[in-house]
Amino acid sequence: MIGSAPYAAADVARGTERMNIVWFWTLAVMLTAYAVLDGYDLGAGAVHLWLAKGNEERRIVLNAIGPVWNGNEVWLIAAGGMMVVSFPRVYASGFSGFYLALMVVLWLLILRGVSIEFRGQVDHELWRAFWDAGFCIGSLLIALLLGVALGNVLHGLPITSDGYFQGTFTLLLNPYSILTGLLSLAILAWHGSNYLRVKTEGNLLERARRWSARLWWMVLILVIAATAATLAVSATMERNFRLYPFALVFPLLTLAGLIAGFFCRHSHDHGAFRSSTAVIAGLLTSAAVTVYPNLLTSTLNPSYSLTIYNASSSAQALRASFVANIVGMIGVIVYSIYVHRTFAGKVQLRDHGY
Amino acid sequence: MIDAVFAHRIQFAFTVMFHYLFPILTMGLGFFIAVLSTLHLATGDKRYSTAARFWAKIFAVNFALGVVTGIPLEFEFGTNWSRFSAFGGGVFGQTLPLEGVYAFFLESGFLGLFLFGEGHVSRVVHWLSGIGVSAGSLLSGYFIVATDAWMQHPVGYTMDAGGAIHLKSFWAVLLNPYAGWQYAHTINGALLAAAFVMGGVGAFYLLSNQHAEFARLSVKMAVIAGLILSLTQLFPTGDMDSHNVVEYQPTKLATMEGLFETEKGAPLAIIGMPDTQNSRLIDPVFVPDFLSFLAYGNLHATVNGLATYPKDLWPPVELTYYAYHIMVGLGTIFIAIMLVGMFLLWRRRLFQSRWYLWILMLALPFPYIANEAGWVVAEVGRQPWLVYGLLKTAQGTSANVAVGEAVFTTLGFAGVYLVLGLLFLLLVGRVIHQGPQEQAG
Repeated sequence: MIGSAPYAAADVARGTERMNIVWFWTLAVMLTAYAVLDGYDLGAGAVHLWLAKGNEERRIVLNAIGPVWNGNEVWLIAAGGMMVVSFPRVYASGFSGFYLALMVVLWLLILRGVSIEFRGQVDHELWRAFWDAGFCIGSLLIALLLGVALGNVLHGLPITSDGYFQGTFTLLLNPYSILTGLLSLAILAWHGSNYLRVKTEGNLLERARRWSARLWWMVLILVIAATAATLAVSATMERNFRLYPFALVFPLLTLAGLIAGFFCRHSHDHGAFRSSTAVIAGLLTSAAVTVYPNLLTSTLNPSYSLTIYNASSSAQALRASFVANIVGMIGVIVYSIYVHRTFAGKVQLRDHGY
Repeated sequence: MIDAVFAHRIQFAFTVMFHYLFPILTMGLGFFIAVLSTLHLATGDKRYSTAARFWAKIFAVNFALGVVTGIPLEFEFGTNWSRFSAFGGGVFGQTLPLEGVYAFFLESGFLGLFLFGEGHVSRVVHWLSGIGVSAGSLLSGYFIVATDAWMQHPVGYTMDAGGAIHLKSFWAVLLNPYAGWQYAHTINGALLAAAFVMGGVGAFYLLSNQHAEFARLSVKMAVIAGLILSLTQLFPTGDMDSHNVVEYQPTKLATMEGLFETEKGAPLAIIGMPDTQNSRLIDPVFVPDFLSFLAYGNLHATVNGLATYPKDLWPPVELTYYAYHIMVGLGTIFIAIMLVGMFLLWRRRLFQSRWYLWILMLALPFPYIANEAGWVVAEVGRQPWLVYGLLKTAQGTSANVAVGEAVFTTLGFAGVYLVLGLLFLLLVGRVIHQGPQEQAG
């Protein structure tokens, strides 16, 4: 039975439950990093049809994310792989349960990636227009659906005693998750606009600032709405923040980001980017605190929920994989910073590139 | 109604075989681009940088498709094979994220520098980024092969009273004895395919009297590398990978060789059509005692035939047998092609021998077929096991996913990949049509 607890009691008794907690937060950090990094790629894609007019400006947007978007996307793949080894039963249940939705996300990821790579390959207006639309639709829908997925995780799913569920579209597209989906889209669009503010000049910069300012208001309204809705929907949100009051630092990070974002609406482009980063990080870490220690909550019966204890691999598997992955991630962070630094500053259109 | 296991198998088989077309070139061509970059940095000869830049354009398109068709595979471990992941994730999952952490970050991270950074960073840093991309792709190959090797020969685990498995040794999983030669043979296959791509494109240019300097360099590199690689594909990598099968997967050995009955001094079937119902090969051509020699180093050794094993443990015979024979047959032809090429190169007649250039050009797609055929042997030959000896394929599927859902998504992928495949051919065709651009500095 997928949800059986071979480890829970034994691990807690041995004091080895720490690795379960460590891995929970490792995944939270990985997914947050993904949202912050690929988030601006997705956001830039979602807004670029309105922000960038004409071929040259569209090329500037593509070259703004060009050198880094591939590496940014890897955070998702790495996080997924880590989930297989740390919480295999959650991975199994979640991915098979969200079957159709994930397949759609995959096709959208294909659309987004291919649109970026193919657009500049043929010098024809129709070709470019087609891939511009693909880049926009792909990015926009991924941003939306990632929020829908997170919403369903927060909301809970009809997990049965065998630990699995079937996520039909009617189930997954409920009012709460549509709200979180819209929030995700708004935040990533705001984040993407802020990224473009940092990377562009002239008319593009002006338009990016205008969109960023408008989107800030959308984000504010949706954060308030989603927070209220989550309090209503989640059985554990209030309990967890009461149990772990230091975790309030995460929603405070969101608040700080929103406030800073307000003051950076029309100027201080780097500040704006940092604020949207803070809001994304604050929201995702708050979500992590909200669900803890559940990973997939059952709406049918709390004992069917998959937790960091009953759905993890063994203590040894957690320890070995943690060491192996952390060593690698240190290197990744070092050279990723180097790569991002190399391409810092305003975009210059060159012969090579997009 | 379509069988559920079949539906999931077809989806994974289709998506992985389509995906793998791209890593073949990423790993193979990435290596040769790194070699050309190094030659340029060392000698300053512009021919090398022109060549590297040309291949990099094809590499970029190819890489993008490799990435987007690769993500579905990681997801499919969960979407279509959830019971397999729940069963073994703590063990085989040890190598899976390492592919992302140690390899994908490396290749994707430095690809940006490599494709965007010329002029932006120093020549040495640009060169290093090319090395990073190649190293990342080659490294990713190891981790995913190690994951497959665990499925072929599970190690490093213990099983509890309830039948669940747990990790016993991380290093045993990472350094699975099955993985080493399987990886070597896989990488060798990718490099060989890239050599034929370089040779095929170069041959095309020579035959159509274009870009002569680039073409000559490409064909020369292809023949030198191709001869070495076609030979090492056979020995030691092919031979040693087969020894994996001899030692750990006797049913696969019997099936791929078409050996129905146990024989002392078992013959090697060069050709012959398997007639499984009657447990024989039709119109076979045998080399006597040779399978025993290959498998055990002894002409009189006994090799177990399929009859030794219960029928429900037999892999699909025809598919495994033909995939193996296609792979070996093509591999033999590749050696012949490269031997002839090397001979012509030695006699300084390579670039003028139009009949040979035609062969080289037309040979281009066949290493792809050989590579894929090899994987069919590996995966179909492992049936009915998903994890050899531990978990049957039928026990690993996602029971909560309806057959209709899997059929829908398979059709969806088929449609998407048909379009992607056509676009790929179009775009690479254009790059070849435009040809290498000589650049100042």
